[in-house]
Amino acid sequence: MANVTATAPATERLQLLRVLGPAHIWALGVGIVLVGEYMGWNFSVGKGGMIAGLAACWVAGLLYTCVAMIDSKVTSTIAAAGGQYAQAKHIVGPLMAFNVGLFLVMAYTMLEAANAITVGYLLDTVAGMMGHTGLNQKPFIILSIMFLAWLNFRGVLATLTFNLVITAIAFLAIIALFVSVQLGASAVPMDFSAITTSPLPYGWIGIVAALHFGLWYYLGIEGTCQAAEEVRSPARSLPYGTMAGIMTLLIAATMTWYVCSGLLPWEYLGQAGTPLFDAARVTGNTGLMVLLFVGTMFSTLASANGCINDASRAWFSMGRDRYLPSWFGAVHPVYRTPYRSIVFLVPIALIFALGAPLDQVVTFSILSGLLGYTFMTFNMVMFRRKWPLDTIKRGYVHPLHPLPVIVLLTLCAAAYFAVFLGYGTQLSAMMCFYIVASLWFHFRRYRFVRRGDQFTMPWPKPLGY
Amino acid sequence: MDIWNILEYVAWALSAMFGALMLINLIRIDTTYDNELLTSSREGEIEVTAERHQI
Repeated sequence: MANVTATAPATERLQLLRVLGPAHIWALGVGIVLVGEYMGWNFSVGKGGMIAGLAACWVAGLLYTCVAMIDSKVTSTIAAAGGQYAQAKHIVGPLMAFNVGLFLVMAYTMLEAANAITVGYLLDTVAGMMGHTGLNQKPFIILSIMFLAWLNFRGVLATLTFNLVITAIAFLAIIALFVSVQLGASAVPMDFSAITTSPLPYGWIGIVAALHFGLWYYLGIEGTCQAAEEVRSPARSLPYGTMAGIMTLLIAATMTWYVCSGLLPWEYLGQAGTPLFDAARVTGNTGLMVLLFVGTMFSTLASANGCINDASRAWFSMGRDRYLPSWFGAVHPVYRTPYRSIVFLVPIALIFALGAPLDQVVTFSILSGLLGYTFMTFNMVMFRRKWPLDTIKRGYVHPLHPLPVIVLLTLCAAAYFAVFLGYGTQLSAMMCFYIVASLWFHFRRYRFVRRGDQFTMPWPKPLGY
Repeated sequence: MDIWNILEYVAWALSAMFGALMLINLIRIDTTYDNELLTSSREGEIEVTAERHQI
C-alpha cells in the first residue's frame, strides 16, 4: 500500500465490488434464516400445540412468500445497498427511509447478538456432555462476532462464499435427518398421536399466539436486498436468489416440523433449546447427532455472518446519504467493503450479546422486522401507483397484485397481536424508541442531508407529479 | 486445566487478534487515503451506466 496521502481525482470513485451471483444471494437470505429451523420455531408448539405449530409454519410461510415476491420486484428495480431503506427513500420519503434504515440495522444487529449468544450456549452444552461444567461462554460469543466481522471487513465475495458452504451443509443436514428417519434409521418410531389426543390444548387463540414464533422459520429472507449493489446482475440475481431462498425455507420448515413433532413429545418440543439436535439425539444414531450439531453451529454462524453483512450495508447507505454522519459512508479502497460501518456495529452487537437476555434480544429483532414488513405493504402500493408497469423497467413483476400486499398486511396485523399477547411492554418500548429517533431525525439531522443527491434512480417523474 | 479451559484462552486471544487486525487496518487506511476518496461512493451507478429504465 502506498505510504503517501492519496487524493481523489474528480472522476474517481470507490464503489462496493460487484462480484456476487444468484447463489450468493441465496446463501445470504437462507443463511440468515436457517438458524430459525434449528431453534426458536418450536416455541410456537409450546404456545398452541402441534397443529398450531404447523399452522404457524404455513401461515408465516405465506407471509414471507409475499415478502419475497414484493422485495424481488422492488429491489430488482432499485438495486442499491440498503435494500428497503433505498426503496423507502425513493418511493415514500426521507422520514420513512430513516425509520426503515433503523428497522434494518436493529433487526440484524439484534439477530447477530442472539446468534452469538446461541454459539456460547451450544458450546456450553457440548462441554457439559463431555463432563466440563461452568464453561465461560463470553470468549466464544466475542470470538464469533469478531471473526465474522473481520471476514466481512476483508471482502464480500469471501464472506458470502463462506456463507454458501456452511448454509448448504446446514440445509443438507435437515434433509439427511428427514431421509434417515424415513428409512428407519431412528431407534424411536415417529409418533403423531398428540394431533388427535390434544389437537389444540390452548384453543384457537393458541394458533394466533403461535404465529409469533412461526416467524422464526423465515425471519430475515428479506435481507437479500442488502446485496443489491454488489451483485453482477441485480435484475436477474436478486429475484432468482430470493425466490429460490423462500422455496428452500418452505421445504426446510415443513421437514423440520414433521421430524421434530414425530420424534419429540410436544410438551418437550415446545420449550426445547435445540429441537433438531434433540431429535437427532432421540434417533440414537451418533452420525446423525454429530451432523445435526454441525448443522446447528453452521446455521448459527451463517446467520450472524449475514446479519453483519446486512446491518453494515444499511448503516453505510444512511451514512452515504448523510442521514447519519457521512464518516460511515466510506468504502475500503482495497477490500471495497463498508469497513467503518462494520467496525462501528461490532461493539453494539457485543453489548447486546453480553448484556441482554436472549428472548428480549430476539423479540426486539422480530419487532423491528415486523415494522419493516408493514412498511413493505404501502411501499408496494405507492410504487405501483407512482410508476405503473409501463413506465419503468422491472427485473421481476410479481403476480396477482395487490393480493400479496393485502395478505401481507393482514398477517402482519395478526403477528402484531400475537407479539402483543406475550411481549406488549417490549412492543410499546420499541415504538417509543422509533418515535424519539424520528423526532431527532426531523428536527436535528435532516438539515445535513443533500436533498437532491439522495434520489439516484434515473426514472421518469412519478404519476401525478 | 482441561481442553475447555485452554479453548477459552484461545478464544480470548483470537478475539483480540481479529479486533486488532480490523482496528489497525482501519487506522492505516484512514491515515493513508483522503477522506474525500473514501466517502466518494454514490448510489445508482449501475443505473446510470447500464440501464435506462425505459420500455
